[in-house]
Amino acid sequence: MEMQQFYYDNKIVKKFLYATLFWGLIGMIVGLFLAFLFLFPNLTDGISWLSFGRLRPLHTNAVIFAFVGNAIFAGVYYSSQRLLKARMFSDVLSNINFWGWQLIIAAAAITLPLGFSTSKEYAELEWPIDIAIAFVWVVFGWNLIGTILKRRQRHLYVAIWFYIATFVTVAVLHIFNSLELPVSAFKSYSVYAGVQDALVQWWYGHNAVAFFLTTPFLGLMYYFVPKAANRPVYSYRLSIVHFWSLIFIYIWAGPHHLLYTALPEWAQNLGVAFSVMLLMPSWGGMINGLLTLRGAWDKVRTDPVLKFMVVAITGYGMATFEGPMLSLKNVNAIAHYTDWIIAHVHVGALAWNGFLAFGMVYWLIPRLTKSKLYSTGMANLHFWIGTLGIIMYALPLYVAGFTQASMWKQFNPDGSLVYGNFLETVTEIMPMYWMRAIGGTLYLTGMIVMIYNIVQTVRKGSAVTDELAEAPALQRVSKGMVAGEHWHSWLERRPIQLTIGATIAILIGGIVQIIPTIMIDSNIPTITSVKPYTPLELEGRDLYIREGCVGCHSQMIRPFRDEVERYGEFSKAGEYVYDHPFLWGSKRTGPDLHRIGGKYSDSWHFNHMYDPQSTSSGSIMPGYKWLITDKLDKSVTERKMRTMMTLGVPYTDEDVANAQQSMTEQGTQIEQNLYGDPAFAEAYERDKENGGPDFVEMRDREIVAIIAYLQRLGTDIKVKDLETTQN
Amino acid sequence: MSVIYLLLSLSILVAVIFFVAFIFAVKNGQYDDSYTPSVRMLFEDELVKEKPKTLKKSKTN
Repeated sequence: MEMQQFYYDNKIVKKFLYATLFWGLIGMIVGLFLAFLFLFPNLTDGISWLSFGRLRPLHTNAVIFAFVGNAIFAGVYYSSQRLLKARMFSDVLSNINFWGWQLIIAAAAITLPLGFSTSKEYAELEWPIDIAIAFVWVVFGWNLIGTILKRRQRHLYVAIWFYIATFVTVAVLHIFNSLELPVSAFKSYSVYAGVQDALVQWWYGHNAVAFFLTTPFLGLMYYFVPKAANRPVYSYRLSIVHFWSLIFIYIWAGPHHLLYTALPEWAQNLGVAFSVMLLMPSWGGMINGLLTLRGAWDKVRTDPVLKFMVVAITGYGMATFEGPMLSLKNVNAIAHYTDWIIAHVHVGALAWNGFLAFGMVYWLIPRLTKSKLYSTGMANLHFWIGTLGIIMYALPLYVAGFTQASMWKQFNPDGSLVYGNFLETVTEIMPMYWMRAIGGTLYLTGMIVMIYNIVQTVRKGSAVTDELAEAPALQRVSKGMVAGEHWHSWLERRPIQLTIGATIAILIGGIVQIIPTIMIDSNIPTITSVKPYTPLELEGRDLYIREGCVGCHSQMIRPFRDEVERYGEFSKAGEYVYDHPFLWGSKRTGPDLHRIGGKYSDSWHFNHMYDPQSTSSGSIMPGYKWLITDKLDKSVTERKMRTMMTLGVPYTDEDVANAQQSMTEQGTQIEQNLYGDPAFAEAYERDKENGGPDFVEMRDREIVAIIAYLQRLGTDIKVKDLETTQN
Repeated sequence: MSVIYLLLSLSILVAVIFFVAFIFAVKNGQYDDSYTPSVRMLFEDELVKEKPKTLKKSKTN
């Protein structure tokens, strides 16, 4: 048997590991900062790019795609080479993968605070960055598959299967959820509207959890846990069953994010059924991971790497039990829109993703630098404050979610709401927000301890070099064996080529067929009284998107007695047909806004946006002072309307031609309404006198557009009883 | 809601791809042996474990 010598590429692993630590730190700092904005809402008063709505997507993108993403690449690049007994297919591709990914993250870190956002959760990045993501992802897949093809080990270990599934599925999800029509360099509209957009978004959003936060990490679990414990996985057979059943079931569960919404009920029930089934493969994997430590539990007592991994797998088990439970409609009716969901995702993120990544880092760095970990004590310290941090984070938010939901639903004997003022239910849970911030601080402190420990280990150790390895060449299937075989038998030995070929085929075919279908044939069911937004309202809606209002306010009233009493008539699918993208939201830090139109005066909105605490004492909404002062950019309004027309929104050419005039008229009307407030009239007139030539008329400012949009919301259909309780 | 047809067909397509991959993997013999792979991955094939100068007992894991 011919022995071949080759080098494993360790440097690329090192790069991805350092990036994991760096972006993890950044992402967690942003997260902690957001936790403090709940407590001190005006901490960054007047600084638009440090406001909650704009930083929230930065936090989620940074921890998911930067922290977890780089950890995935680090683990995949390390383990794939060893499992396949081959160096990565191409160093050039490895480096394009690395630098491309970092550039994308840097682009996200700049554009999101500037307000360039599509508002679709975990897919907020605008279209040029979406294209870059697709490109880098294909480079990653190409590199991985190239390595698989030149492997020296014919058998593919289960981890490799998980990596392949990750590549294939994330590609499909990303492409189809990101279909959008550009308006300008950093503005686009989703090709889907309303209910459709919601369904595609959560088909993507749920599977981002499934195929970005779960399957690649399960692959890592199947490699690093046995390695760290020096024990084979509990049952290899179970791991195979786990893999195939998990990927088959996961992709159907998306609609559980839309229970009791305007999504048709059969689609909701489909999502529920698959979500419940998902418990079995998830727990199969969890049990397989934990039982790998059978006979090695004594090592868990001393080895911090295993400690992290045990808590990670336990967290995975908790989160994947909770997921199916939250998908039950009666449980979801309570938990949806509350902090319960925030607690749920953070058990997954902090325990499963965070701790598995930490365990992997503690295991890899000493190996790469040929040294020992600088301090085991510090790693243990990290473990304990991290674990405490997770508990301190999650438990208070469970309490907060349950408390708030109960308060929302409580009725007096006479049929009125006990807590008619939404703010009361927020004030009640402020202590929980404090505890969450403390939990987050602990977790971040642990991360900093780890970075110090790793830096010291690297300084003490030797430089990371490519590692010489030896393995027998893959034995060719000999001529004699295949004499006279059919092409099909040839194909049967090459499942990878087949998978890739088929995927590319469906992607090309899908894109060619589906995009024109959606764009030309927009047969959206309409309610006759539902009309497209006026140009000013459209601009206001884009400001709503830019500021990330959707992060704290839903626009989807579920058909529950308390929600109808509190917010007004429940939301209908037909009301959203012109909403590109949909803005249903998934969290109510503040009240639902779908029927906000006409509830308050223009002056109230003006004052509320300037200083929320002046109209709602104790509110945790930040002020939006820049909306009050900044001039509305009306330069691309016509192009926005044309784009909407392409997507099937019935604007006429006349509407587009009159856009500027229409905006001025509607703006002037709102300006006049604002004059109804004497305090405003006095202050504004004084500003006007002192303003000089650069003075921007109120009717041309951003605030007017957002007021126009808010006053329009939910007013298209006639609602019998607009006399609802004050929020 | 017509987008559900797109999502259903995409989901089914992905599932079919995985199913085909599964069938081929089984026929290919990937799963004939469900014990050796779990042990084989524990062995390492790096030729240089630690700095040659180190006198400490070389680790085997």
